[in-house]
Amino acid sequence: MNKHKIYEKMYPKGLRAVLTRGDEAPDFSLRSTPDQWLRLSEFRGQPVILAFYPADWSPVCGDQMTLYNEILPEFQRLGAALIGISVDGVWCHAAFAGDRKLHFPLLADFEPKGAVARLYGVYRDGDGVSERALFVIDSDRIIYWSHVSPIGVNPGAAGIISALEELRERRAA
Amino acid sequence: MIRTFGFKSPKKLLAFPDARRDHIMGPIEAPIKLVEYGDFECPFCGQAYPVVKAIQRELGNSLCFAYRHFPITTVHLHAEHAGEAAEAAGAHGKFWEMYDILFQNQDALEDEDLAGYAAVLGLDADRVMAEILAGAYSGRIREDFSSGVRTGVNGTPTFFINGVRYDGAWGLEELLEALTRAAA
Repeated sequence: MNKHKIYEKMYPKGLRAVLTRGDEAPDFSLRSTPDQWLRLSEFRGQPVILAFYPADWSPVCGDQMTLYNEILPEFQRLGAALIGISVDGVWCHAAFAGDRKLHFPLLADFEPKGAVARLYGVYRDGDGVSERALFVIDSDRIIYWSHVSPIGVNPGAAGIISALEELRERRAA
Repeated sequence: MIRTFGFKSPKKLLAFPDARRDHIMGPIEAPIKLVEYGDFECPFCGQAYPVVKAIQRELGNSLCFAYRHFPITTVHLHAEHAGEAAEAAGAHGKFWEMYDILFQNQDALEDEDLAGYAAVLGLDADRVMAEILAGAYSGRIREDFSSGVRTGVNGTPTFFINGVRYDGAWGLEELLEALTRAAA
């Protein structure tokens, strides 16, 4: 993706298209903790699940990140890394991850706010948060599957698992 | 004891009660099939428990109800052992008795509580606890969990009505209406 396209996506005038299958996954670097940064391209060679969600601290039992934390071993068995992203800051993420005992990184898309969400076409202008959006990115950093849920609906993990299983079959073939 | 789950079968079938492996109440050929993925320590499942009971009373033999485990163990520290206690009781034909006790005592799910419940049901409490600590039923719990992940369980409780995830409210009226509609 060239700089112009990235710029366009970062400063949209209207609704942007959500990146979908076949699009290159834009690289980015965001804080995962107060003193650590995580870059998407560090995961080259491994599928990555990018889970954008609107905000930390949604109700416990139906909480998407808590659910994915529980499913993490299944994602790992399928060779994938899981990354959560919201516009919350690192300290908020640290408190949330500690409370829910999350074993995967939460990235702070905090400054400039929502810049990565914009890159992927899932920032909600006016609301100030990202969509509840999932991207399964293959080991060559091409988007294999993406899904945007209604913002209040936890999409579960069935789509992610199917996509990862297909990727694994493709690698085996 | 642990039967393999038909992951190769069409995914939709996973969300129907399976008489070969599930704990079911009501005739398997009943026109209305309700599957719940639940967690014995989840307060929302606790709220849904009497609703499911009322629905079973209301629909009688036209309902087949199956319960599968979906413990969120990172936030519900007692949920895994509670689920295994239900399986241990199930091995002696007392799954539903233990299910009732657990949902009626969600604030008392320590191992010693579970041992006490096993004893109340006339089971060998020491043996049940030894089985739980040895993880004798953990495979079964994971199997249920995995099937839930693949069918789109997105929290607990998640209900499937005739194979379709029910995303509505699970108050008695709403759930009963959805079930009745499924039968029509």
